[in-house]
Amino acid sequence: MKGGGSMRNFLIWVTIFIISIFVGCAPRKEAALSDIAQKIYVAPGSHDEFYVFFSGGFGGHVTVYGIPSGRVLKVIKVFQQDPETGWGYSEETRPMLMTSYGFIPWDDTHHPWLSQTNGEYDGRWLFINANNVPRIARIDLRFFETTEIIEIPNSAGNHSSPYGTENTEYVVAGTRFSIPIPQRDVPIESYKDNFKGTISFIKADEPGKMDIAFQILMPGFNYDLARCGRGPSHGWCFFTSYNSEQAYTLLEVNASRNDKDYIAAINWKKAEECIAQGKYQEMPATYYHNYYDEEKHMAVSEVKKSVKVINPKDCPGVAYFLPTPKSPHGVDVSDDGEYIVGGGKLATVIPIHSFSKMLKAIEQKAFEKDIDGIPVLKYDAVLNCEVEKPCLGPLHTEFDGKGYAYTSCFVSSEIVKYEYKTCKVVDRAPAYYSIGHLLVMGGDTRKPQGKYMIAMNKITKDRQLPVGPELLQSAQLYDISGDKIRLISEFYTLGEPHYAQGILASKIKENIAKIYPLEKNKHPFAVKSEKEARVERKGNVVHVYMASIRSHFTPDNIEGIRVGDTVYFHVTNLEQDWDIPHGFAVMGSEDAEILVMPGQTRTLKWIPKSPGVYPFYCTDFCSALHQEMQGYVRVSPSGSNIPLKYYTGLPSPQSQK
Amino acid sequence: MKIIFSILILLTILSCKSNNEVKLGPIDKNLAKKGEEIFEMKCSVCHKIDEKYVGPPIRGVTKRRKPEWIMDMILNPVEMTQKDPIAKQLLAEYLIQMTFQNVSKEDARALLEYFRSIDEENKK
Repeated sequence: MKGGGSMRNFLIWVTIFIISIFVGCAPRKEAALSDIAQKIYVAPGSHDEFYVFFSGGFGGHVTVYGIPSGRVLKVIKVFQQDPETGWGYSEETRPMLMTSYGFIPWDDTHHPWLSQTNGEYDGRWLFINANNVPRIARIDLRFFETTEIIEIPNSAGNHSSPYGTENTEYVVAGTRFSIPIPQRDVPIESYKDNFKGTISFIKADEPGKMDIAFQILMPGFNYDLARCGRGPSHGWCFFTSYNSEQAYTLLEVNASRNDKDYIAAINWKKAEECIAQGKYQEMPATYYHNYYDEEKHMAVSEVKKSVKVINPKDCPGVAYFLPTPKSPHGVDVSDDGEYIVGGGKLATVIPIHSFSKMLKAIEQKAFEKDIDGIPVLKYDAVLNCEVEKPCLGPLHTEFDGKGYAYTSCFVSSEIVKYEYKTCKVVDRAPAYYSIGHLLVMGGDTRKPQGKYMIAMNKITKDRQLPVGPELLQSAQLYDISGDKIRLISEFYTLGEPHYAQGILASKIKENIAKIYPLEKNKHPFAVKSEKEARVERKGNVVHVYMASIRSHFTPDNIEGIRVGDTVYFHVTNLEQDWDIPHGFAVMGSEDAEILVMPGQTRTLKWIPKSPGVYPFYCTDFCSALHQEMQGYVRVSPSGSNIPLKYYTGLPSPQSQK
Repeated sequence: MKIIFSILILLTILSCKSNNEVKLGPIDKNLAKKGEEIFEMKCSVCHKIDEKYVGPPIRGVTKRRKPEWIMDMILNPVEMTQKDPIAKQLLAEYLIQMTFQNVSKEDARALLEYFRSIDEENKK
């Protein structure tokens, strides 16, 4: 009995103790949770503090998120055909996807880069690279639409791109895959003799005028990532390279033999001098420059035929190699422009070079050797410090403006925070799982906002509700305003985002266009009023000049089309009201629909194959009478003599020809 | 009762950033011509002069409504259909929200002049 009593007492005490834990700790935990919830809560109808632009990876697009809420705001179509909007299907946008290889409906976008003035985001443009068929696109941040694409000749695997300069003088492009330059039919085994890399500088500060300013011929390594200098290092850009072994098969093993590869430091001001002095070769090359005219609402392609190539042997001082352990991936320049962090993905340390030490080493000719006319600087002469045992598989680094760097670590799935001047680790936080890039708001500028950091992960697994074998990529949002990194939210991203950049919404939201002014519409097939709506036949080609407004098309009935005709529906949206697009789709069309923004003109090509009456309709719910927004096209047999006739409302004599 | 109602209506209209006091003189033909051009581009898809179309016919509008009301409707159609009793009633009848067509106050004044010139013609 006694024993049972003490047991009962014990149980009572344990129960009291457990309850006291709950009573004592629960409120604190609740407070912590509500504190976190407040950090990410954006009330319905209010706006996020930041726009964040995520690349779409193999989706070929850019997705815009509001942060801290993680709400999706827009998917910007870039290197892709998109049936939802007709991007790359409509006659006006097809030229945007033209290349020297032909029409390319897809690509792999990796690195969004916001334009800068004086080393800060200026909110004008976003640039993004295409990795597979080397190209760079400009997205105009008044419209959040792609307005220019330039192809990079003498290139393959455009990965170290676009990462521009601090006044957006240039965006850059380096070859992840070296290739024969110029391209030619050679044995792959002749890699060491025939394969080269190039680093291209593309003029970027004037819309419609993107152009390859010059290319620098480099040894046949893999040029992986890039960053340009700022402040004291403005005038230089840095590119990581791996495969200094020049392997061309089983790179996994064969390109991982050397203890150190290189960061290439390119002095682009020197390159400009050499160009001015004629120290370059004009090399034949075919590449496309596609530009979308916002008033003609139409893209045009221009084919370019040559490019200026600098051989470092002819332009001493244009390039140096900084030895960097081991197979480095990211290269990132600190906000003060002095430190260059190498993400040595196979290294046991994170090496941090000093820009001023590099200049000194160049001056003192502290060279280890020379590769194809490019001096290799001594490691100790350029190194600031090494972060010892930071993590496994360090990749990319961003800065918070308070003297700290944050590096993502793929293998150990974490982010490590350290003082970049002293290489002292101060904190670390897990990422779920296998983090690639990370971003800090303004983290590649002279004045980072810090505040938030986002991890972009490659593996999602159990983080989200299961949806079959393929999952969206997970992203985590961290609060970095305090001493400790705090995970505060998680969301999922479209395609495979590699990198993202975040800009204060206040920097762009006032400049964003709500409509395209009808007065400025210079599209050759636009109709500016309903009176101009008409149908014209030119041989077998029929042009329909169509107007759309809530909630009818003009004309909405068309007769006299014949099998064998090619019909172009040029639809102008006469609305001048924000957020009132009209869509257009016709039964049996083998293309996508077109979505037409207010004041814009878009063209859908249609080749009817058999006689009949074909309905068309507005696909974008526009008003209470949206369901009434429809029309018919009568298609007669080839050779029929049914006259061309069109109208809206009752047929009137003057609308007939 | 009538007074209260009138005050209410007046307040409602005033709260619509009303274009109070539109001064009308003899018809300015150049201004009316400008108004006609704007009408062709931005209004004629939905409004015909004599026909009931997507919206009401234009002829007689300057007799039916005050000039201030016409300009308010052109410049601020959404707020008008939410607050102004006549505009509300028109929305209920036509079931299509009239859209703001990116016109300036000057453009709206030109449109009004065009409408006046149509109604003036009518008299003759």
